[in-house]
Amino acid sequence: MTRVNHSTETMRKRTDRDVILKVRDVSVSFDMDRGESRVLDSVSLDIYRDEILGVVGESGSGKSMFASALLDAVVRPGQLTGEITYYPTEGEEIDLLDLTPAELKRLRWEEISMVFQGAMSSFNPTMKIRQHFEETLDAHQRDREEGLAHARELLSDLYLDPDRILRSYPHELSGGMSQRALIALSLVLEPRVLVMDEPTAALDLLMQRSILTLLENLQDKYNLTIIFITHDLPLVAGLADRLAVMYAFEFAEIGPSEEVIRDAAHPYARSLLKAVPNLDAPLERMRPIAGSAPDPVNVPTGCSYHPRCPLADDECVEVDPGYYDVGENRVAACHHWTKSSEAIPYLVSETDADQGDNVGAIE
Amino acid sequence: MTADEPLLRLDDVEVHFEGQRGVLDRLLRNPGGKTVKAVDGVSLDIEEQDVVALVGESGCGKTTLGKTAVALQRPTGGAVTYRGQDIWDAKDGKGNVEIPYQEIRRSLQIIHQDPGSSLNPNKTIMKSLQAPLKKWQPELSPRDRRTRVLGMLEHVGMAPPDDYANRYPHQLSGGEKQRTALVRALLMNPDVILADEAVSALDVSLRVEMMDLLLDLQNEFGTSFVFVSHNLSNARYLAQKAGGRIAVMYLGRIVEIGTAEEILQNPRHPYTKVLRWATADLDPDKAHAGTPPVRKIDIPDPSDPPSGCRFHTRCPKAREVCVHEDPDLFSHSEDPSSHAASCFRQFQRRGHEYWNSPELTDSTITDDARSEENVIGRS
Repeated sequence: MTRVNHSTETMRKRTDRDVILKVRDVSVSFDMDRGESRVLDSVSLDIYRDEILGVVGESGSGKSMFASALLDAVVRPGQLTGEITYYPTEGEEIDLLDLTPAELKRLRWEEISMVFQGAMSSFNPTMKIRQHFEETLDAHQRDREEGLAHARELLSDLYLDPDRILRSYPHELSGGMSQRALIALSLVLEPRVLVMDEPTAALDLLMQRSILTLLENLQDKYNLTIIFITHDLPLVAGLADRLAVMYAFEFAEIGPSEEVIRDAAHPYARSLLKAVPNLDAPLERMRPIAGSAPDPVNVPTGCSYHPRCPLADDECVEVDPGYYDVGENRVAACHHWTKSSEAIPYLVSETDADQGDNVGAIE
Repeated sequence: MTADEPLLRLDDVEVHFEGQRGVLDRLLRNPGGKTVKAVDGVSLDIEEQDVVALVGESGCGKTTLGKTAVALQRPTGGAVTYRGQDIWDAKDGKGNVEIPYQEIRRSLQIIHQDPGSSLNPNKTIMKSLQAPLKKWQPELSPRDRRTRVLGMLEHVGMAPPDDYANRYPHQLSGGEKQRTALVRALLMNPDVILADEAVSALDVSLRVEMMDLLLDLQNEFGTSFVFVSHNLSNARYLAQKAGGRIAVMYLGRIVEIGTAEEILQNPRHPYTKVLRWATADLDPDKAHAGTPPVRKIDIPDPSDPPSGCRFHTRCPKAREVCVHEDPDLFSHSEDPSSHAASCFRQFQRRGHEYWNSPELTDSTITDDARSEENVIGRS
């Protein structure tokens, strides 16, 4: 199996933007009885300063592993290899995978923070919310008073009453409130990067949408770089500046949100967009993706999507596609991306339908 | 039973859960806990081959209402009738029972939200699926039972069925588990299946497939579905394709009900509009969320619902009258099932005191002075 490598060149071209995290050839593997299970397969990606990057993938596509890798927090016995470089400010450079445990401890939360889904299990049920904040501040040798003042501000930013939240136990808060309190807690040490893994999955739609609005405000106010990981494509579509679509443990397509949504280049991304129940798209246009996602122990040769792809030919079976430039700042791992919009038409809004049939999307 | 009796009729149904009094409360002679009115005065007819999608936020009572409809929850008020027979009278043997409870029980089935935990992990799929047949159709021979199970498995796309039948639940994917649960319900030849968030746990790309399967089965077996979902996109997909209805619930009540097209194109209740805002849109022109169109993003405590219109504490359009008066579910059209809403705003200007009532400006979304009441005290 050979690997065409267009990627390095593409990546180099893009360094004109200010990069905060550089991910190169990062893999995570688990040794299993059945063989080596690669749950993240040589992923390379630049994350820009102050952007919101949406990472979208179905369950088992490796998106949570990607989140863990960014904090060097892959659970044992998982093996993390590759290179992740963090640039706190321009010029400063930290090799994330080469830190001592003490350095790593400091970096997490202070520099790169993380919010998981299910706030209920992230809080200690026997401690008041205030103690969670104090404990965090103490552990990182921060001034309590200053830190708590910042915490209050964050809580107000999230439409919460700081006094009431701080004196509550976790069980006294509703799901939406505790998830917002958790976001405030993750930001109390003023990190530059916030990694969120399905932060709103257990919440109601209204609360999800409201939290997204609040996140946008927070991002703006505190100059955060946010990596938002979710299976819910419509949810993140309006929030993210860029989208990275994962399939079978690697990124199938990476590009500016709006362009990817309107006219994705990768056949998987297109099929996914076509499969999502959407309020405005005509019903007859929504179609499921045939076949099922691959087993991490036994990923198909060549392009991992080839068994499900209508465009697949011998080349796809033999040669793993590297990234092709499919637009400005936009790459897709598909040999036949030029033919994808004709092969897999989809519409994201009703208005497009009036403008003619069989068009992939409006330009 | 008369010809015009619907398959299922819910008549002014109430489900109130009494709060528990702990030992300490009893010792200290504290009054009992709060009563949660999970369903509070809901009437709904479900016809043959019907699809009704119940949507709303968590805690709005949609699952409780669904369970009441399929006789898994006894209402504390009102009546649920199956083809004219009061279900709970049938169970208690009260009055003249025309349709035995056993038959009603078999006709009303459920598939749960989490397909994984609804299957016994120690039993093969074949074993799990044969169990209901053994109970309800003991006259079937083991061979016939096997044939029926295998036939249904193949029917829902689990081929080769022999292979799937011998697997254990952990050897199935999420979608396959949900199909198995569906087969189990279908083996009873039910009239109504309650699908409680049946597609929410599935991956986005599998949801359409699962809903298409429900629709195929509806065509083929004439089954009606009560589809409980917090997701308006899913509800719309199923209801619109089946020509069914969407019922929007808020704090124990149906606040708007109508065909999928009417609810989405022509929503009359402000809450329906809020739900629509909350449903993320792929269309980049509309995808940007903006500020939530509610005065408060947290739901009030269901054990102490607001006075008047229950939505008034969050409603962006609320006026003084909404605090005191409770709007009824009202329909302009001849056929009340086509579209009805409970909001004063649907009445003509000057035709209702709402329009002369002062606007509520007591709190805005950022004002947390009143958020005390939003705590959901769980114990």
